[in-house]
Amino acid sequence: MSPHGNPEAPASGAAEINREAPKASPVVESREVSTSSTSDGRPVSTSSTTDGRPVSASSTTAHDRSAWGLWEVFVRSSRGLSHVHAGSLHAPDAAMALRNARDLYTRRNEGVSIWVVPADAIAASDPDSKGSFFESPQGKDYRHATYYTKSEGVKHL
Amino acid sequence: MAAQNLQSVPAEPAANQAQAQAAQQEADAAGQAHFDRVIAEDSRIEPKDWMPAAYRKTLLRQVSQHGHSEIIGMQPEANWISRAPSLKRKSILMAKVQDEAGHGLYLYSAAETLGQSRDKMMDDLIAGKARYSSIFNYPALTWADMGAIGWLVDGAAICNQVPLCRASYGPYGRAMVRICKEESFHQRQGFEILLELSNGTAAQKQMAQDAVNRWYAPALMMFGPPDDDSPNSKQSMAWNIKRFSNDELRSRFVGMMVEQVRVLGLTLPDDQVRYNEDTKKWEHGPLDWHEFQEVLAGRGPCNAQRLERRREAHDDGAWVREAAAAYAAKQLNKQKEYAA
Repeated sequence: MSPHGNPEAPASGAAEINREAPKASPVVESREVSTSSTSDGRPVSTSSTTDGRPVSASSTTAHDRSAWGLWEVFVRSSRGLSHVHAGSLHAPDAAMALRNARDLYTRRNEGVSIWVVPADAIAASDPDSKGSFFESPQGKDYRHATYYTKSEGVKHL
Repeated sequence: MAAQNLQSVPAEPAANQAQAQAAQQEADAAGQAHFDRVIAEDSRIEPKDWMPAAYRKTLLRQVSQHGHSEIIGMQPEANWISRAPSLKRKSILMAKVQDEAGHGLYLYSAAETLGQSRDKMMDDLIAGKARYSSIFNYPALTWADMGAIGWLVDGAAICNQVPLCRASYGPYGRAMVRICKEESFHQRQGFEILLELSNGTAAQKQMAQDAVNRWYAPALMMFGPPDDDSPNSKQSMAWNIKRFSNDELRSRFVGMMVEQVRVLGLTLPDDQVRYNEDTKKWEHGPLDWHEFQEVLAGRGPCNAQRLERRREAHDDGAWVREAAAAYAAKQLNKQKEYAA
């Protein structure tokens, strides 16, 4: 024990490299992604969230984890502004999700209000249909003020 | 299940399979083209976008290892909370350790968007199957180590992480933005601890110098192996995940430390630090890469202790997770009863 009672301090007081091999030599390099994935690398997951994450499906099988679902967190940074997506977290219910969100996303007064939403309750547009889904505004510049140039120089217009 | 089986028995299996394969190939080609365009534009890939399997795998490895590092990184400092020299320092240290936990969770969230469950990541970590930064396998021997860790280790981390805010994978970049914002307090508080010790008694100053001496080389090694020995770096840079090479960042970091150590009134334990006028880069003395590999392979001074502590914490928390889940299920049932 060091004078500080520091459990980090080895008996010798020296930070030596432990040359003894650990019992089970850890397999270090990354392993295959557990989710089966299609050849395009997208996980085949029937229930996926807005972000394509596997929802609690995987955790339901684990014995002691149970189904702590995924929640998306939205934070209103100050009165008068809208809630903005801050990130996600796992929680067993809405009350815990709110508390976890407070601890995780507002440790420095980042917000005055929080929304938590079960991730699988969010419907999202399909990125593959990007073209057609967002096609309608294309070529409709006349919906922007900048389209109208003849009034340039005219005051208060 | 039965319905699915029925559907999947095609009249002409071979023809259907070939058709499906062709469709898949077409989708892959389109996906690759879109991916390449996004990378070329230096735009961002989002979770539901098509991405090459190798890109997903590389990111998953990097982001989960990064998350593990934050989680294990809580330990060297948490260990000093009970022995911090004042209430102020204790509060600061607790805030810092809480931040590290938060950073771990941001990163796990980002990793999950790549298709890996959080439980799997946790399991891999406590089973010793996952890597985390070698730096956290060194012991924090004195209070001055809290200063050196903040100044050197968090300093190196910031140097590494600021360019990662522009990583091509959206969720990773966003997590890094959040982390970098919080990390700057970590480095400053470490610097302040060292500065106060350095301006204290001769013994305190010696303690500060000793901590800097021990953490300097491990901090430089945090940037990873030298460029010629870092085969994955090139691909990561081509994918806009990494923006600068390991050596480039390391050199930049050394330059910053040279300036700052003067303000501290301490010295760097490296008499070969110099600015190379020709390359316009900072150079440092040789690093013990054998030690680095040993620590990564699980044979560092504290590897076993760190994993054991994580395992304990995980097991000790099991009843909390179970109780919370049981409570949630009970509440849900009650709601259903009311509704019925």
